[in-house]
Amino acid sequence: MIEIKDYFRPKSVEEAYEKLINIEGAEIIGSGAFMRLASRKINLAIDLQDTGLNYVKLEKDEIKIGGATPLGEVERSEIIKEVFEGKLIHVLQSIWSVQLRNIATIGGTIFPKLGFSDLITALLVLNTDVVLFNNGRMPLEVFLTEKIRKDILVELIIKNENRKMSFQYMRNSFYDFSILNSAVSVDEERNFRISIGARPAVAKLATKAMEYLKNNNDIEEASKLAAEEMEYGSNIKASKEYRKMIAPVLVKRGLEEVIQ
Amino acid sequence: MKITLTINNTKREVEISPSEFLLDVLRRLNYSSVKKGCDTGTCGVCTVLMDGKPVLSCSILAASADGHEITTIEGIEKDPEFKNISNALLEEGADQCGFCSPGLILNVYAMGKELKNPTEDEIKKYLVGNLCRCTGYVPQLRAIKKYFEVKA
Ligand SMILES: Cc1cc2nc3c(=O)[nH]c(=O)nc-3n(C[C@H](O)[C@H](O)[C@H](O)COP(=O)(O)OP(=O)(O)OC[C@H]3O[C@@H](n4cnc5c(N)ncnc54)[C@H](O)[C@@H]3O)c2cc1C
Ligand code: FES
Ligand code: FES
Repeated sequence: MIEIKDYFRPKSVEEAYEKLINIEGAEIIGSGAFMRLASRKINLAIDLQDTGLNYVKLEKDEIKIGGATPLGEVERSEIIKEVFEGKLIHVLQSIWSVQLRNIATIGGTIFPKLGFSDLITALLVLNTDVVLFNNGRMPLEVFLTEKIRKDILVELIIKNENRKMSFQYMRNSFYDFSILNSAVSVDEERNFRISIGARPAVAKLATKAMEYLKNNNDIEEASKLAAEEMEYGSNIKASKEYRKMIAPVLVKRGLEEVIQ
Repeated sequence: MKITLTINNTKREVEISPSEFLLDVLRRLNYSSVKKGCDTGTCGVCTVLMDGKPVLSCSILAASADGHEITTIEGIEKDPEFKNISNALLEEGADQCGFCSPGLILNVYAMGKELKNPTEDEIKKYLVGNLCRCTGYVPQLRAIKKYFEVKA
């Protein structure tokens, strides 16, 4: 059970951050959809809905998504439908239901670095930056390795480039979280990006395989390399061995799709 | 704390605890069409419309709903679309115990506003979060397809 002592809806991100830092036990909330699944005590729940962080916009070659934007708004955005051949819509629609996506936010999906996250895996193969109120702008792959506890995810910035992408996952049923997921992308200069997530740890780029594909065309070998450079673990969903075996298959499917 | 909800076009001031989720507040206020199933965001029986969009009332803090418009089945009772959807479900034997029906009807109602002539695939994607223990989904899908066919 989640226990919340007080609730606050600031009018600006500055005000939200000031409370987050100065009040012990203060936490940012999206809608509370994921938080409620764990048992925790929150002294002050800070709701960002009035801070102007609900938007999807295209500025020059950058797609900007506000940190408090519900996933459903992102999915319905005409901008998102247009870019990357509409593939991001497919990723968003793999996140449970219309009703959940209408409340779950970008901040609540990216900031906690959830291992099973589908969106993180997909965004890693696009050139995505995370903008934090205090720690500033950094590539998503850097953010995922940083130990940042108290900050506010203000915006995501995705480079709008001519990049083909594919998102693959394995799950027991559509009603479940991914047992393993993978995303692959390639630009016009054959710069590949490959990520594997839900291992069950959060997604990571397969940099060796990405490097290999700069000078080689062997997809089978690249998929093997990508799978080998990751660590896997066991949990209730699947064993380490199973994940290790399906990883090259998902990567290969993705590579085949983007090369077509 | 005190919040203001516009429920089915009626403004109400409600005293809540900051820990409460919208579902519990609505049921406390006797909007009993809103059901509690899993209480973890999975089954969809708690679906209500917030500013016209379907949301899971079990998974949104009541405080976050402050200032928003909430619609439950009671609020669309007189809307001809409500009659059309529920009649289609009845005619196709698509509701048995009926526990999932309010959430399902509200989601079909919202889908009708968002998608004009949805394909079978679009219908399935839109309704993936409305679980039903009884019907096996076949009659539900038949009924909803029929509803959209007649509507078109
Ligand atoms: C039933 C269910 C099924 C799901 N299925 C999937 C799935 O298949 N695939 C998938 O990828 N995900 C899935 N998710 C997770 C979902 O995508 C979201 O991650 C989650 O619901 C977040 O919800 P929220 O925005 O309400 O965040 P909350 O629950 O409110 O918050 C989650 C965490 O994020 C922090 N936070 C929120 N916003 C910010 C911000 N702007 N800056 C800093 N910190 C912030 C909070 O402090 C908290 O620690 C599922 C969730 C549920 C409940
Ligand atoms: S009770 Fe809300 S989704 Fe099941
Ligand atoms: S009719 Fe019984 S749960 Fe759907």
